[in-house]
Amino acid sequence: MSISLEVNGERIEAQVLPRLNLADFLREHLKLTGTHVGCEHGVCGACTVRVDGEIVRSCLMLAVQTHGASVETIEGLSDSGEVADLQAAFRERNALQCGYCTPGMLIAAQDLLNQNAEPDRELIRAHLSGNYCRCTGYQAIVDAVEDTARARAGRKS
Amino acid sequence: MKASAFNYTRAASVTNALELLAAHGDKAKVLSGGQSLMPAMNLRLISPELVVDIGGIGELRGIAVAGDVLIVGALTRHVDLARSPEIAAHAPLLTEAVAHVAHPAIRNRGTIGGSLAHADPASELPACMLALGATIVVRGQAGERRIAAGDFFTGIYQTALSAQELLVAVELPVAQRNSVHFFHEFARRHGDYAITGLAAQATVTGDVFTGLRMAYFAVGDRPLLARAAGRLLNLPVTPASLSEASKALVEELDPQEDQQASVSMRRHLAKVLMARCVSALLGRPDLNVGGAA
Repeated sequence: MSISLEVNGERIEAQVLPRLNLADFLREHLKLTGTHVGCEHGVCGACTVRVDGEIVRSCLMLAVQTHGASVETIEGLSDSGEVADLQAAFRERNALQCGYCTPGMLIAAQDLLNQNAEPDRELIRAHLSGNYCRCTGYQAIVDAVEDTARARAGRKS
Repeated sequence: MKASAFNYTRAASVTNALELLAAHGDKAKVLSGGQSLMPAMNLRLISPELVVDIGGIGELRGIAVAGDVLIVGALTRHVDLARSPEIAAHAPLLTEAVAHVAHPAIRNRGTIGGSLAHADPASELPACMLALGATIVVRGQAGERRIAAGDFFTGIYQTALSAQELLVAVELPVAQRNSVHFFHEFARRHGDYAITGLAAQATVTGDVFTGLRMAYFAVGDRPLLARAAGRLLNLPVTPASLSEASKALVEELDPQEDQQASVSMRRHLAKVLMARCVSALLGRPDLNVGGAA
């Protein structure tokens, strides 16, 4: 089937099979390998991307369903500088080790910070509850998100 | 894993979707938000020949109040329920419950119609439908059927919906002024499937329940409206009457054992939830004697 969508601001026209999910479309067809594939059934959060501004699991969405949509991946968020401070905080706080979960964590955390400028740790944990980290652990990740929230709030005032 | 190959079509309208379902029957699957269907397909638990995407059908969207009925379109997403002022005003139980449905990224796609049609016995919304006394509206080529929530769920992933029918909306009675609600679930992590959960809607007059609908989930093959709640109606609740109701509750539950919990653990948690619910709704901390959980 032919689809037309926007990926990180760029117009994409493609021919895809119905069974192809969005994660594989991004990785295999567009070579945007920052979107990771973990469990492939919506549990781990490694494949989190934004579709029309909202975070979704790209393993639970078909590429054909994105016809007419705007998709943003970690490459887009990273290149635009939107999450530069969050990425720096992750490095600063040792909030990543192997890095597999990191793109999904960053997108989910940015989603929270867009909705709530000063989330407490409980809220951060709740919002990231669908993103699994199997090595560094969550404490440092929550620290990094909390630091970024504080820094952004400070910058604004 | 990846889903096996299938054909895909976008339904342009409810009429079009029903034509496709009539032609393909149980070889077709309806794709709404895909948050239950896609995992099942990726795990190859199901391999439909045709996927009918209803995601673009505008007439299935939206939340409306008509008199004393709240009408929720099948494509209403969990995030829409969570943010809706109409739901918060007229069915606050749902506002509270959807916060427990999976995670933000899932709630941005998952729909109420999809969740109900999928009928996972551990999911929150089917139980809420029972607690709220919802009517499930389904449409087939022969016309519309209106099914009471209590008759809709028939087993694990089983409902009264036929393969040729589409769930189009749910209708909920607008909450009465003296109504109160309770929602709690035990889960290993926030957003995980419940080990045992309870959604309850009640009316309280003075210090007694004049109505009490306690819908349990993850304690059987479908959500269960506890008959035992009837023992707590129209009388001041005492520790003794609560204990009797609690015993009766355990009798009517038929929980399954799985990796998360044993049968006896689920029964215990169900009792704990009953005590917490009654205590919270009546403002009686002295009744919260169900034990630790």
